[in-house]
Amino acid sequence: MTTLASRASSGRRHHDGINRGQARSGWLFTAPTLILLGLFLVIPIFMALWVSVSDWNGNGSPFTSAVNFVGLKNFGSVLAGDGLAEQNFGESLRNNAWYVILVVPLQTILSLFLAVMVNRQVLRGRGIFRTAFYFPSVTSSVAITVLWLFLFSQSGAINNVLSWVGINGPNWFNEPSGIIQDGLAGLGVKSGPVFLTGNSFLGVSWWDWIGGPSVAMTALIFMAIFTTSGTFMLLFIAALQNLSGEVQEAAMVDGANGWQRFRFVTLPQLRPTLFTVLTLGLIGGWQIFDQIYTGTQGGPAGTTTSPAYLSYSTAFQSQNWGQGAAIGFLVFIIIVLFTILQRFVLRDRKVSKRRMRLYQLKPKPQELPTGGDA
Amino acid sequence: MTATIGVPPVVVAPRPQRRKFREHLTPRQMWGNAIVYAVLVVIGILYIYPFLIEIFTSFKTEADATANAISLVPPTWSTAAYQQLFVNSAFPTWFGNSVIVTVFVTAGRVFFDSIAGYALARLQFRGRGVIFAGLIAIMAVPSVVLLIPKFLVLNTIGLYNSYPGMILPLLVDAAGVFIMKNFFESIPASVEEQARIDGAGTFRTFWSVVLPMARPALVTIFILSFQGSWNELAQFIISANDPNLTTLTKGVASLASGQLGQANRYPLKLGAALIMTIPVAVLFFVFQRKIMNTSDGAVKE
Repeated sequence: MTTLASRASSGRRHHDGINRGQARSGWLFTAPTLILLGLFLVIPIFMALWVSVSDWNGNGSPFTSAVNFVGLKNFGSVLAGDGLAEQNFGESLRNNAWYVILVVPLQTILSLFLAVMVNRQVLRGRGIFRTAFYFPSVTSSVAITVLWLFLFSQSGAINNVLSWVGINGPNWFNEPSGIIQDGLAGLGVKSGPVFLTGNSFLGVSWWDWIGGPSVAMTALIFMAIFTTSGTFMLLFIAALQNLSGEVQEAAMVDGANGWQRFRFVTLPQLRPTLFTVLTLGLIGGWQIFDQIYTGTQGGPAGTTTSPAYLSYSTAFQSQNWGQGAAIGFLVFIIIVLFTILQRFVLRDRKVSKRRMRLYQLKPKPQELPTGGDA
Repeated sequence: MTATIGVPPVVVAPRPQRRKFREHLTPRQMWGNAIVYAVLVVIGILYIYPFLIEIFTSFKTEADATANAISLVPPTWSTAAYQQLFVNSAFPTWFGNSVIVTVFVTAGRVFFDSIAGYALARLQFRGRGVIFAGLIAIMAVPSVVLLIPKFLVLNTIGLYNSYPGMILPLLVDAAGVFIMKNFFESIPASVEEQARIDGAGTFRTFWSVVLPMARPALVTIFILSFQGSWNELAQFIISANDPNLTTLTKGVASLASGQLGQANRYPLKLGAALIMTIPVAVLFFVFQRKIMNTSDGAVKE
């Protein structure tokens, strides 16, 4: 806007010269970024699209006449091949779905809880607590995974703590059984009903779909919560500090207790941040790769593979590049679909009549202190 | 402070009132505070203790590390793990490669992000809107989806197994361009106009007038780029398989998955993990105030 004003004030000829100069520098200044983006993002995506519909096996260049177009065969064998490829993909989807289902809500709740706690006015030593909670977020996922492998080993710290309360801890990273199935087995249900074990989706029986994440995956879930809660805590703290204290005090004057103030005053105001945190969590959750590459390589018994890791291992290790690229695009579609779904679920809705009545019972807004203007 | 108590409550403004709450805690509030502290201390220990285990275990003997996994101070201090790492392994090479990549990526991102951000924020030129929309679209593409594509392009243009192949793809940073663009938009335009009237060219104006004012945003880009490239793993997996080009993340990951054939070697692995944590930890403590006070620049990808 300011440049518009300055343009109007300067002479026309002068303005044309500036404009041409600006156009040249504009393109010049953005050129490095644009070239790199084109070379390492746009062109590669088209190359991968071609590979995903080809039978390239990793030998030579994928752009020679020796490589054939195979249509949607690679996508077909992953989604409906009735073979190992389909089963692997189904398993990776199940693993990652459980991971997302548990990690996203838990990390959001924990980070919000930590933010509210640490943001209390009366709390002394807030900085120390913030540092402690945030520190895991700055360290590399490789280093944390190495640490986690040690903590959750057979004779590791976690099992030591469990043994204090008489629990014989599992060999976490070598235990492929699903935790829900384990729980049911504890209640005496050793095998599932036939309609669940007999039918399957993407090569994985429904009984295994609902069997929960494996014990190994559960350890990775703890790790994700440990490393991301600090980051999201900072986002919530920033949002909390932008809230006006006046509304809080008005609610306090109205006699709302701590929980009511949080539930009906603070939380609705945090909605945009909540949306950001959930979106980032969801997108990050479908991209787990480093932890699996470093820690488990998909084991035990394929219960910690993720679609992202499967895409990598299918291409780079099994040299099945077409399928690997196809899985990569499927991951992208999954992430887009879930983001859209979440946008839809969290969209702004009309306030229901019941809710309206709740607000009308509250005192009139004139009683709010307006000290903020002073 | 005590003076506020004497003021009749009708006149008390919101702020002193809050202070009053702090000084006159009812027993219930005191209990509440004690509980909050207890909860925070317990969670704090849960967050910090694993790192203490990491530090102390790296100085244990192998047998001691396996037998006493939760204790801290070892009965006999051993530096065998570090000797093995620095004298008898490729660890120094890994460290050197990580330093090289991080230096180039950080310097490159700071420069390219700020220059592109400035163009998008301040320069009037046709196509600006298209570039902007393109950047938004690119930010939406998840990085793990690009593993195979990036390998394909590096392989095709002959950059596989080279430093440029490891570094150049990481210089792409749409988010950083956005941070810089937003920052430049918040600086008043009058300063640069003055410089331009004085006859300075666009780059000159940018370099010696605008950029020095952008220090806070540059620090943000610096932190993000340093942390991002130091901790990067996937990009190095797909851009090289030459052992001389292995970075810390890739090397330590290979240690963790037991590719050296040893059984446990926990002190060695944890020592390696500890050393690779130190640079980002130093960065964190140097810029702690900055990191903890900004909402942008805090998101770990």
